[in-house]
Amino acid sequence: MDRKIKNWGNYPEIISNVKSFDTSGMVEELFKEEKHWIARGMGRCYGDASLGENVLSTLKYNKVTFFDTQSGIIECQAGFTLDEVLQLAVPKGWFLPVTPGTKFVSLGGAVASDIHGKNHHKEGSFSRHTLSIKVLCGDGKIYNCSKTENADLFEATCGGMGLTGVILSVRFQLRKISTSYITQKQIKAANLDELLILFEKYKEYTYSVAWVDCLARGKHFGRSILMLGEHAEMNDLKGAKAKAPLKVHSEAGLNIPFNFPSFVLNKYSIKLFNFAYYHKNFKKVQESTTHYDGFFYPLDNIKNWNRMYGKPGFLQYQFVLPLNQVEGMKLIMNKIAEKKQGSFLSVLKVFGPQNDLISFPEEGYTLALDFPMTGSLLKFLDELDQIVQDCGGRIYLTKDARMNKEFFHKSYPRLEEFIDIVNKYNPNTEFRSVQSERLSITR
Amino acid sequence: MKTVLLLGATSDIGQALADKYAKEGYTVWLAGRNTNHMQDIAADLKIRHEVAVEYYKFEALDYVSHQKFYTDLPGIPDITVCIFGYLGDQEKAESAWDECQNILDTNYKAAVSILNIVASSYEERSVGTIVGISSVAGDRGRQSNYFYGSAKAGFTAYLAGLRNRLFKHNVHVLTVKPGFVDTKMTEHLELPAPLTAQPSKVAGAIFKAVKKRKNTIYVLGIWWLIMTIIKSIPEPIFKRLKL
Repeated sequence: MDRKIKNWGNYPEIISNVKSFDTSGMVEELFKEEKHWIARGMGRCYGDASLGENVLSTLKYNKVTFFDTQSGIIECQAGFTLDEVLQLAVPKGWFLPVTPGTKFVSLGGAVASDIHGKNHHKEGSFSRHTLSIKVLCGDGKIYNCSKTENADLFEATCGGMGLTGVILSVRFQLRKISTSYITQKQIKAANLDELLILFEKYKEYTYSVAWVDCLARGKHFGRSILMLGEHAEMNDLKGAKAKAPLKVHSEAGLNIPFNFPSFVLNKYSIKLFNFAYYHKNFKKVQESTTHYDGFFYPLDNIKNWNRMYGKPGFLQYQFVLPLNQVEGMKLIMNKIAEKKQGSFLSVLKVFGPQNDLISFPEEGYTLALDFPMTGSLLKFLDELDQIVQDCGGRIYLTKDARMNKEFFHKSYPRLEEFIDIVNKYNPNTEFRSVQSERLSITR
Repeated sequence: MKTVLLLGATSDIGQALADKYAKEGYTVWLAGRNTNHMQDIAADLKIRHEVAVEYYKFEALDYVSHQKFYTDLPGIPDITVCIFGYLGDQEKAESAWDECQNILDTNYKAAVSILNIVASSYEERSVGTIVGISSVAGDRGRQSNYFYGSAKAGFTAYLAGLRNRLFKHNVHVLTVKPGFVDTKMTEHLELPAPLTAQPSKVAGAIFKAVKKRKNTIYVLGIWWLIMTIIKSIPEPIFKRLKL
């Protein structure tokens, strides 16, 4: 049935023929009906990556088919979500090897985006922990691929935005934990320079990420809170926490039931929020033991928080710049502060080395910001793109809904190699999305 | 541990029921056509709920195989749920007998054939619960789906008769009329959200109704109201409506 769909940013919205499946045989049947498809899971990518003329919803293909509680190896179908992995694995003492800022992501989406998290500088992105993937390609065959078997397909599928085929299942290695809590250290940085020094100083921490006030100017430019974390051991826990050391997260509390009017988020309310957020930490250094849910997924607790941006939606802008491009980072942050195009959740992180075919992460600084959709926003982001390009950086496809194709082709140097692999496995049925057409990845 | 047999286990409602009963600690026996699919479902239930799960090949339209299928089970299930069904294509069935027959056979004859066998075994032992997934479409024939509707009407009447027969033998028979459900079977239809239940909601309602030994349930209360109104429209008017 044709229906309106949009992803997390609520922009853009398109009409799609959406079909779901719960066996691979059903997918093969659907290939006979239409030539072009794109798989879609939870729709948590922000822009147009999982939108297309014909959409294959993986949400009913959601079984866990293997879990060895001794070794922590698990295999799930593409529609199984990180939320469900946690519910299953945490009580047995296992945790996700890599997690983004929301647990409402399907495993197919996690692979297609090659998700990264707060531990990227030490442990890389999701593909590093992925043992094997089953992909149904456009030639009608199901391929098992890994770093050693059909390695080209594996490399192109991790971060390949679903363009190599339908990701059917994923086998990956979980991380051993003794408790479901995180010992957290929060450090206030008065400005950007101080923050970058702190990142360097605390790089041995497994998890690190900083919230940055992008609207602060002058001597407060880049003021931020660095959040560091380690998985807590039994002896870190006291009282009620020690009694239930492997407690799983509970369901979301708050819900935003409808779109807020667009004026709710404006430069004043965002500035006020940022001011309050920075000053809520009285002490320079604050330590606590907190549940993983609050540490990794603070926004998951508010269902449909994307509705705060109103009906026009919002764009998330996430880029990475090489380590030697601090000046470029300052230039971009200055432009944002000047424009007052602030975002109340600006997140900065240092990536470790990674040099993959098509995955987003590479060694350097990454900054992610949300911008409410307005008339002047697209032009402004084009200006930011120019700086990112000049610095040799690039943009995360999972968040993108608008970058131009010239910039994209320049910033992903191994794109041609990727396209060759896509074509090799897809002579008949093709996978294409609104994004892949916009960026001329697919014909 | 109590056992539930799910006939048509790979359907969306079947999978939701399997999940619900496994979660409640039941031993689950899946029955359906696609063994590969059932294998995945069984693995999932065992991993997530740590219960015993088995699966058996079951061909609803192969009536003669039903007795052997049932006898070959490792025991008598405490609860049997008949879920399988075929919506079919009303328009096509008006001129193509194959399609029409498939709708009638799957939704009525096949269900009667297997439940006759289950009913006798329960009657003999004076224990057991039979659940039949019928449909609101059986409450009154409408031009848009009267093949499916009439087969389900027959099934509803069959379940009522069975309930009447088995009551004195302490066997419970539950008729379920789910209304619209968001499943693979209805994916191509434009269903109004407030009238459409998720399969998990249907499963939860069935689990509760079995516990409370209900006779007939509509999963969403609103459907009782809608069908009461539809049933009360006088035929001279009803026949002129486009429903």
